[in-house]
Amino acid sequence: MTDKQAENTGTEQTVILAEKLDLTFQTNDGPVHALKGVSLDIGKGDFVSFIGPSGCGKTTFLRCMADLEQPTGGTITVNGVSPEAARMARAYGYVFQAAGLYPWRTIGRNISLPLEIMGYSKADQAERVSRVLELVELAGFENKFPWQLSGGMQQRASIARALAFDADILLMDEPFGALDEIVRDHLNEQLLHLWARTEKTIAFVTHSIPEAVYLSTKIVVMSPRPGRITDVIESPLPKERPLDIRESPAFLEVAHRVREGLRAGHAHV
Amino acid sequence: MRSIVPVLTVVGVIFALWYAAAIWLNAAWAYDKAKRADVALSTSELVADTWSQEKPRLPAPHQVGAEIWKTTGAMVAKGRAFSKRSLIYHSWITLSATLLGFALGTGLGILLAVGIVYNTVMDRSVMPWVITSQTIPILALAPMIIVVLNAVGISGLLPKAMISMYLSFFPVVVGMVKGLRSPEVMQLDQMRTWNASASQTFWRLRLPASMPYLFASLKVGMAASLVGAIVGELPTGAVAGLGARLLAGSYYGQTIQIWSALIMAAALAAVLVAIIGVIQRVTLSRMGMA
Repeated sequence: MTDKQAENTGTEQTVILAEKLDLTFQTNDGPVHALKGVSLDIGKGDFVSFIGPSGCGKTTFLRCMADLEQPTGGTITVNGVSPEAARMARAYGYVFQAAGLYPWRTIGRNISLPLEIMGYSKADQAERVSRVLELVELAGFENKFPWQLSGGMQQRASIARALAFDADILLMDEPFGALDEIVRDHLNEQLLHLWARTEKTIAFVTHSIPEAVYLSTKIVVMSPRPGRITDVIESPLPKERPLDIRESPAFLEVAHRVREGLRAGHAHV
Repeated sequence: MRSIVPVLTVVGVIFALWYAAAIWLNAAWAYDKAKRADVALSTSELVADTWSQEKPRLPAPHQVGAEIWKTTGAMVAKGRAFSKRSLIYHSWITLSATLLGFALGTGLGILLAVGIVYNTVMDRSVMPWVITSQTIPILALAPMIIVVLNAVGISGLLPKAMISMYLSFFPVVVGMVKGLRSPEVMQLDQMRTWNASASQTFWRLRLPASMPYLFASLKVGMAASLVGAIVGELPTGAVAGLGARLLAGSYYGQTIQIWSALIMAAALAAVLVAIIGVIQRVTLSRMGMA
């Protein structure tokens, strides 16, 4: 697998490495195996999508990377250290399903919030805010309040917020799940541009097969009860991807394989 | 302009009902007087009498208005705004206790709320006591607070302010606990991903998020403070303050004085709550939340 990664990204450096990861939640109805024996490595500069039905543990896996959940077994490292150490070192930006902007802060001050917390200087904050606003095509909206923006723009602002500080990893938990198809297409396209420009490593949770295939260099198919990986697909698509690549045979072939993987996962239930 | 008409209509209806009730309640005394003087009352004479008795069961609005003017505006004109017969003087006494009690109550309420939100032991132990405290009738508790504080040498403003505080901290605790807990789990997780400290999370997320709740609580707390200050004036022997005016009025059957003190208290509460409303609107709009 590492060889193929090297082909895709031009490097062999592993950023996230999970080995036989288990996570069991103790509930009143007995233990729930959110993750069981999950092993995966994500290389530097990869765009990895996690796809699967609800309860397959894709969000839980992402939250383990972010030190928001504690695995009950196995090992996971981020940048070669524990997720906790990586979190302390502010190694990643996390984009949640909802934009979660603070209504009492302008877009600019929402984006500078993590910078304030991390102790960046005022001048540096201002410079970074205008740079990332440019990056997500929201220049000029710095002094608007969140309610003055559409849902798609709010989500772009929240991505800008995750990009504002120097994290090489971007963890995205269904960031476009609540948006309509047209806005979603547009944001997917923008996200690819952004990924190409910033060369970040992105882990992306989604429900949508086209979205996963369109965005990713690697697609991880998961299935529920217990949450596990059923297939890992290296995408043969080129890095440069116009929207109409989605009608190409190569694209449809990958999509077909993802669908097969999802169906196989269900067959086990 | 559109809101003026309904407001004036309601005020008009209240005045009409008030005048009608004054005729109804004071008629007996008017007939009594007429019978003793051995004269027959015409309807217009009856109405005129019920609206101008010296100690009516229910004074007419203009009587209360005249009494309020006599004890406020007229006193100011004479340069005696703070004489003991002036309602301004008594209002000020009550207002100072109200404001001090409100400030103490708000401070105590916020402190308790922070403790409850951040400390599980306090969450489990303090909240039941906070609720219990409000089930004790303040009228029973007020004299004891006054007596106990007096015994340790504290008298004057502070005991009354303590009673105000006792009533006003409750809405602040309840509102602020809810407000400080209003950020979603996602927003707290987000803070964690940035490795934010507890104090950063408090000042940047929990506290601003609680502002709308705080203002709602402050309005209730302010009205409760005023009630507390008035109740606190009752057992002190009716020396000064709106509570004292109420008590003195009831001793001597001065219904007009009672009603003017009541109206003054209501107006004071309305003004205080309105001031908080203005601060609320300015603050929240500057925060982009209104």
